[in-house]
Amino acid sequence: MGISIMSTRCAKFSEPTLKLLKPVIAAIVIAATSITSITATAETINVYSARKENLIKPLLDKFATVNDVEVNLISAGADELLKRLEVEGSASPADIFITVDAARLAQAKVAEVLQPIKSEWIEAHVPTHLQDTDKQWVGLSLRARPIFYVKNKVKPDEITTVEQLTDPKWKGRICIRSSSNVYNQSLVASLISHLGKEAATEWAKGLVANFAQPPSGGDTDQLKAAAAGVCDIAIANSYYYARLLTSDNPDNVAVGEKLGVIWPNQAEGDRGVHVNVSGAAITKASKNPEGAAKLIEFLLSPDSQEWYANVNNEYPVIPDVKVPEVLEHLGDFTSDDIDLTELGNYNREAVFLMDEANWK
Amino acid sequence: MPVNQPVDKTFTKQSRAMNKVSSLSVASTIIAVIFCLPILVIISYLFAGAGPSWSHLVNTVLTGYISNSLLLMFGVGIGVLVLGLPAAWVTSICEFPGRKFFSWAVLLPLAMPAYIIAYTYTGLLDFAGPIQTSFRELTGLKYGEYWFPPIRSLTGAMLMLSLVLYPYIYMLARAAFIEQSICVLEASRSLGCTSFSAFYRVALPLARPAIITGLSLALMETLADYGTVAYFGISTFTTGIFRTWFGFGDEQSAVQLAAILLGFVILLVLMERRSRRKSRFHHTSNRYSTISRYQLQGYKKWAAVLCCALPLLFGFAIPVGQLLYWSLTQAAALDGSFIRLVWHSFYLGFAAAVLAVLLALIVSYAQRSSKSRWVQFSTGLTSMGYAMPGTIIAVGVLIPFAWFDHQLIAIAKSALDLDMGLLFSGTVVAMLFAYLVRFLSISINTVNSGLAKIKPSMDDAARSMGESRWGVLRKVHLPVMKSTVFTALLLVFVDVLKELPATIILRPFNFNTLAVRAHEMAGDERLVDAGPPALMIVLVGLIPVILLSRVISKSRAGQQKSDL
Repeated sequence: MGISIMSTRCAKFSEPTLKLLKPVIAAIVIAATSITSITATAETINVYSARKENLIKPLLDKFATVNDVEVNLISAGADELLKRLEVEGSASPADIFITVDAARLAQAKVAEVLQPIKSEWIEAHVPTHLQDTDKQWVGLSLRARPIFYVKNKVKPDEITTVEQLTDPKWKGRICIRSSSNVYNQSLVASLISHLGKEAATEWAKGLVANFAQPPSGGDTDQLKAAAAGVCDIAIANSYYYARLLTSDNPDNVAVGEKLGVIWPNQAEGDRGVHVNVSGAAITKASKNPEGAAKLIEFLLSPDSQEWYANVNNEYPVIPDVKVPEVLEHLGDFTSDDIDLTELGNYNREAVFLMDEANWK
Repeated sequence: MPVNQPVDKTFTKQSRAMNKVSSLSVASTIIAVIFCLPILVIISYLFAGAGPSWSHLVNTVLTGYISNSLLLMFGVGIGVLVLGLPAAWVTSICEFPGRKFFSWAVLLPLAMPAYIIAYTYTGLLDFAGPIQTSFRELTGLKYGEYWFPPIRSLTGAMLMLSLVLYPYIYMLARAAFIEQSICVLEASRSLGCTSFSAFYRVALPLARPAIITGLSLALMETLADYGTVAYFGISTFTTGIFRTWFGFGDEQSAVQLAAILLGFVILLVLMERRSRRKSRFHHTSNRYSTISRYQLQGYKKWAAVLCCALPLLFGFAIPVGQLLYWSLTQAAALDGSFIRLVWHSFYLGFAAAVLAVLLALIVSYAQRSSKSRWVQFSTGLTSMGYAMPGTIIAVGVLIPFAWFDHQLIAIAKSALDLDMGLLFSGTVVAMLFAYLVRFLSISINTVNSGLAKIKPSMDDAARSMGESRWGVLRKVHLPVMKSTVFTALLLVFVDVLKELPATIILRPFNFNTLAVRAHEMAGDERLVDAGPPALMIVLVGLIPVILLSRVISKSRAGQQKSDL
């Protein structure tokens, strides 16, 4: 790829040219440092985060105050941030890269912009399947993608696996968002990994045949559509449902109450419900990998884990963390402990086959 | 005093002027090259051969992308003309109740980002929204038992985009109508034209270059739109590029899609050029009289009111009402950090606007004074950015900036033995650069359409009376260009205020703008919490929009003859 070649090429100048250049460079450096706000030093930790600002900044601020360090944040889409990391290369000011799905972390690993996290505490406390095999990233919170049903139209035992969603009896009864969304891409990637490509393609085709409406909007929109009568089954991440139930707005609560949750693939020996993680990694360019590792440990501490659970209703990755009432209400479930790197590996194939299945 | 001295003086002046022309062309070419750089970076990917998913795209989704994008452009084209033209005509030529109010108010939707209006209408009209819910409660009907136009559809996207983009047509057409000498219209009436045929046969052809400029701006913005089509789940080029780049991880194919998109843009630019070339219309009459507007009576009066009230209602009043409702009833309260968001948005917009207009003036004057094909071509190139999705531009900006920074780092290391980080990447400089790449086209187009009003013969006349080139600029051009420059400033300002993808990805640490905040809330499916920042975008955008409309109203030829 052209970029890496360009960025690693070194400029070489003869002595006289250098003498001439010195004052010019000095001027540029002074001028630029006065406008630039990027400083990468040992005392600061710079974070590129695909988690939205309001879902990460409070924790970063807390860490900054407790440890008396400066923590800086840019939040944006994971793909764009990854691109920025690649282009900035060894000069990148970022120390930590946070995403809301494992596929992007796996892609970052492939792009060689990460380094292993050196922390015995993390190795000991986070379940192995929620860590990268080379310790290049670690999960911060769990996000499950169960099935939701309309209480008076579907009996909860009518559907027990994701595979059954393709049953013709659900024709015109299922709401799910666009295949451009990474949660769906990861779900299909997990199916490719478990069932093989052909079965996953058949599954996607069967699911598309059961759509109640062309996919649009986000997960919350699917839940609202189900409650309003557009469909009887909706697929969404669990925290969107929990957010509706705990909303200040009675209309939202009413939507949540019309729906029930089904944890699919729970039978003895079955793989469990599809889960994804939000996760963190330390960049290869980091000037402060020790500080970065400390910050990630902090994000995994029981207090921070409880905060995720309370603020965004995500499940902790550390066992025995207290979860809010609404998550207890959702019940226990077995989660698919597939190696999350697989989600990244199969992402492209997943999008391909969703295109073939005409999943918009 | 020797007689021959003034002659000499004019002569030297003239040769100096010739030099100035060529240096202007050089400057303009440099500008074009610098600001095409991101586009060229993108295009350079093309030479790396077909991407791994290209054949998959061609076999499955490409025809869908093309037809959807074409349909969307077609629909928005019709939509903006239907919404914008009648309002422009009646507010400039006719008198009816509320004309003064409408003449500025109709511009207001310009302050509304397309994705925000899409969110608000979805909130209102979706199946689970208040309108359909109360309809079901009233009638007892259930889903599937009645038909309701689906808002999340191609037609819905056409409507949403038309509602926020029609002001381009309105503004440019109105400025053109207002500048037309009323004498021309009166002459046409005295020659037997009805008021409609005076519009159709005289005013419209005269205003055509301005209308086409407005149309091409609206269509380019349609092509670049990502927020609305993504939210509505419509597969267009922009969503396809995102999906290919980020979903497949296939930059090559994504860029090949972007190249096809560029093809569309080139068509638009050519269309705009052609219309302007074919119609080198300048007024032959210099007699401007103050306007006497047609006093509309009876149903015509109310039809005129409707022409203005409907776009305003649907493009502004209803969505703002929804945002207000969300902000006041449910959204998280505002805090002090809000002022900083407003300040960031404001100064970025302002700085970008000033730069964009300065560069546009150089480019436009070079274009006017040089017949060189290269100058014409290079200014065409700078227009490309406008129709590119912001994310693509952002990536195109990241790469050359990082490259430049890496060179600086290498030099600093070898020359000063200094370890330093990236200097310009991830700073306001990179953001401003990206804004210029995207929005230079607006300022160039606007300045061009202003310059087109100044007849070359006016320059010649002034020069023959002994004015220097500079004098011509000051005494002839400045009075005419004042309002044009101001219009360009405000348009760029409002666009930067609304800009999202490039801002998000290029910004420095801890740097937020209103658009970013609104997007983060909406993207996290907290539409209601997106209310306050969205409302602020609209409010901050309102100030320039109102100023803008005042400028246009004042620019009526008959009203400023003392200036000329």
